Amino acid sequence: MSTHSHAHDDHHGHDHGDGASHGTFNSYLIGFILSVILTAIPFWLVMDGVLDSKVATAAWIMGLGVVQIVVHMVYFLHMNTKSEGGWNMLALIFTLVIVAIAIAGSLWVMYHLNTNMMPQMDHEMIRSFG
Amino acid sequence: MTMANTTASQTEAPVFYLKEEHHPQNGTMLGFWLYLMSDCLIFAILFATHGVLGRNYAAGPAPVDLFDLELVAINTSMLLFSSITYGFAMLAMEKGSIKGTQTWLAITGLFGIAFVGLELYEFHHLWYIGATPMRSGFLSSFYTLVATHGLHVTFGIIWLVTLMVQVAKRGLIVENKRRLMCLSLFWHFLDVIWIGVFSVVYLLGVLG
Repeated sequence: MSTHSHAHDDHHGHDHGDGASHGTFNSYLIGFILSVILTAIPFWLVMDGVLDSKVATAAWIMGLGVVQIVVHMVYFLHMNTKSEGGWNMLALIFTLVIVAIAIAGSLWVMYHLNTNMMPQMDHEMIRSFG
Repeated sequence: MTMANTTASQTEAPVFYLKEEHHPQNGTMLGFWLYLMSDCLIFAILFATHGVLGRNYAAGPAPVDLFDLELVAINTSMLLFSSITYGFAMLAMEKGSIKGTQTWLAITGLFGIAFVGLELYEFHHLWYIGATPMRSGFLSSFYTLVATHGLHVTFGIIWLVTLMVQVAKRGLIVENKRRLMCLSLFWHFLDVIWIGVFSVVYLLGVLG
C-alpha cells in the first residue's frame, strides 16, 4: 500500500511539474562546483588586489554575482519556465522588475539629493564658517 | 413569465472553459514561492538602504577597517556546503531513504549553525571594537541587512530541526515531503541572498 501510494505521488509530481525539486546528483554537483568557482574568483580579486582598476573589479564582482545567482536558481532552486505552469517564472520576473525599480530608483534619487545639497557641509566647511 | 424563466435559467448555467487537469494537485509550492518573492522584496529594500547609506561612515570605521574577508570566505563556504548537503537530503528523500534524509539534514543543520556562529562571532568582535549600529549610517544598514539574513538562517535551522523530528515520528509521508521541499526552496533562496550580501556589502565595501 505504502509502496503504491509512493509510486503514485512520484508519478503525479512529475506529470504536473509542481516546481518540486527534481535534481540529480550530477546537477547538484555541477551547481556546487560552478558556485565554488564563481565565489572564489571575486574573493581572489579583492583579497589579492589583482586588478588595478577599482571600477573593473567592482564590475567583475557584480557580474560574477549575477551569474552565480542564475546558477543557484537553475541548479538548486530548479527554476524553469514550465514549473507551476509558468507562474513561478512570472512571479520571479515581476519581483525582479520591482527589485530593479526599488534599488536603482533609491540610488538614483538619493545620489542626486546628495549632489544637489547646496554647500558641501563637511566638517572642514563648518569649521571655516565658524 | 415563461420568457423570464428561460432567460434566468440560461444565465444561471454559464459555461466555463476550465481545464482542471492543468491545475497542480495543490498550491503549496506556488504559494511558498510567492512568499519567497515577497521576502526577496524585503531584502531588496534593505540592499537599497545599504546602497544609499553604505558610504556614510560619520568619520567612523569603514569596511576596509572592519571586515575580515577570510572569515567571510569561510562563512560563505559554510552556506555553500549546506546548500549541496540539503540537495543530497532531497535526493535521499526521493529515494525514500529516511536514514539518508535525516543524516544529510543533520549535516546541513550543522553547517547552518556554523554559519550563524561565525556571524555572531563577527558581530561580537565588531561590537567589542565599538562598531555598533549606533556608530554610523553605514553600520546601521550593515547590521540590519546582514542580521536579517542571519535571522532567516536561524529560523531555517529551527524549521529544519522541527522537520527532522517530524520525519523521525511519521516517516517520509506526502506531507513531510512537501514540507521538506518548501524548506529546500527557503534554504537555497537564503544562499542566493547571501551571494548579494558578500558581493555588495563585503567585497564592494572593502574595495571602497
